[in-house]
Amino acid sequence: MRDRKFINRRVIFYIVVILLAIFALLPFFWMLSTSLKETKALTTIPIQWLPEKASFDAYLKLFEVFPFGRAVFNSLFISIIGTFISVLSASMAAFVFGKIEFRGREVLFGFFLATMMIPGNLLMIPNYLILRSLNLLDSYTGVLLPSFFNAFGTFLLRQNIKSLPDSYLEAAFMDGASRMKVFFKIILPLIKPALTTVTVLTFMGNWNSYLWPLIVLTSKEKMTLTVGLSLLNGQHMSDYNMLMAGAIISIIPMIIVYAFSQKHIEVGFNVGGLK
Amino acid sequence: MVTLNKKRKSLDIIIFLLPSLFGLIVFQMLPFGYSFFLSLTDWDVLSKINFLGLDNYINILKSSEFWKVLGNTLYYIVLYIPLILIVSLGLASLLNFKVPGRKVFRVIFYIPVLTSWVAAALLWRWLLSPCYGPINEILQFFGLNGPSWLYDKHWAMPGIVFASIWKDMGYFGLIFLSALQSIDKTYYEAAKIDGASAFQNFFNITLPLISPTMFFVIIISIINSFQLFPQVMIMTQGGPYGSTQVMVERIYTYAFDYYKMGYATAFSWILFVFIFVVTIIQLKLQKKWVHYEG
Repeated sequence: MRDRKFINRRVIFYIVVILLAIFALLPFFWMLSTSLKETKALTTIPIQWLPEKASFDAYLKLFEVFPFGRAVFNSLFISIIGTFISVLSASMAAFVFGKIEFRGREVLFGFFLATMMIPGNLLMIPNYLILRSLNLLDSYTGVLLPSFFNAFGTFLLRQNIKSLPDSYLEAAFMDGASRMKVFFKIILPLIKPALTTVTVLTFMGNWNSYLWPLIVLTSKEKMTLTVGLSLLNGQHMSDYNMLMAGAIISIIPMIIVYAFSQKHIEVGFNVGGLK
Repeated sequence: MVTLNKKRKSLDIIIFLLPSLFGLIVFQMLPFGYSFFLSLTDWDVLSKINFLGLDNYINILKSSEFWKVLGNTLYYIVLYIPLILIVSLGLASLLNFKVPGRKVFRVIFYIPVLTSWVAAALLWRWLLSPCYGPINEILQFFGLNGPSWLYDKHWAMPGIVFASIWKDMGYFGLIFLSALQSIDKTYYEAAKIDGASAFQNFFNITLPLISPTMFFVIIISIINSFQLFPQVMIMTQGGPYGSTQVMVERIYTYAFDYYKMGYATAFSWILFVFIFVVTIIQLKLQKKWVHYEG
């Protein structure tokens, strides 16, 4: 009796969870299937779940009508450099807020935290105008400059650094090590897990970011993948095979990053959930 | 606290804080003040700047467009929040069962979260295609005549909500899952001895104990709902007949299509006030409503 009830519950579990998994995955199946179709196969009735004739035309066309390889490069370049700047800057500030006492420190840290309440949408127009007056519109530098400030990363890393025992640092200072050395040789290695979490989350945020690169990067040579895709969406509205091919290419790096750092990502939003 | 090496202390503090302070001052504080100043002007980038006082704010609040946009946002919230709570909490309860394969499902539900909104919105525009999209094909299989979705002013917003649920369920699902896993099992064991049903367990034990997470998810969802952008920009561009126009889409359009920087920044300050009020409500009510363990 007990066993049967247990088995029934399992069966129901699998039925419901598989239905939900279909809901999650069917769109991706459709994305892949569409990207392998020829243009005339897009508008058949009934629709073709699988392409009758698979072709890579859409992928080839994508690189023909648009400097798509360039967009992939731009996205990688901006995401990697932006993440490096952001995480280094945040961990340096976190070291000060976590371990070095000075007057006004808590007020300044409170200031850092308070900025998290300001939506990016409020700052985008003035930031655009600031870049404009610095002649940095449509440049990598311009799109990257705001990365120097990362309140969430600073907060998360500070919690970690604060919890490190002071004795480690004091021993190092006793040996005459500079703060720079202590930071790079002792602090950073000790907070590696948190550092990985912040790095991965920042990278994913950068890779998927849309509004800021959309307004700053206007020339085709500088555009990121998300901006390029939305431009293609405007110019080739119904070439869905090409749009889906582009979307697939934009997802692959995220899947790779996730595969290697699943644990760190999930730690990250547990912290987010408690915030 | 580290007290040694006092000599270089101030210099070190400045060096370590410099990158962040640069970002904080130039790209947070300066634009914060600058945007408020702009919101009081009629600047259009090209011609001379004129001071208008609160005219932009008054004009926005008097325009029927603003109230329509607010209504669209509230419509989104009313559809989205109950659905995302049911789906993500249901998902979390399922993944909380100790059965083989649940790790694989965790990964599956996370893939939409990893996808950028741009890619997801392109995909959903195609999925919701009235004639050639699989969603209406599936509906037809069940004998239902699917609507025109993004081409119908009554169905465009529900279509966007549909896509958002798909994209967000894994994220909130895993947040709920970690809340469920932190519940002390002895509560359920005690309830079992008292002969409580699964239904009673859920409403008397689970729900009160995950209320902080529930509250967090609702607040985050409301704040995000006020800032919808890529999905609208790519799926409908605010149409049809303005039925999916939302605040950030309007701000973007006024600023970067019409170059009405003053009007657009005033709009973004009104948006900020909404988000600020929701955040304050969160901070105040969190203590009262929510049952915290221990």
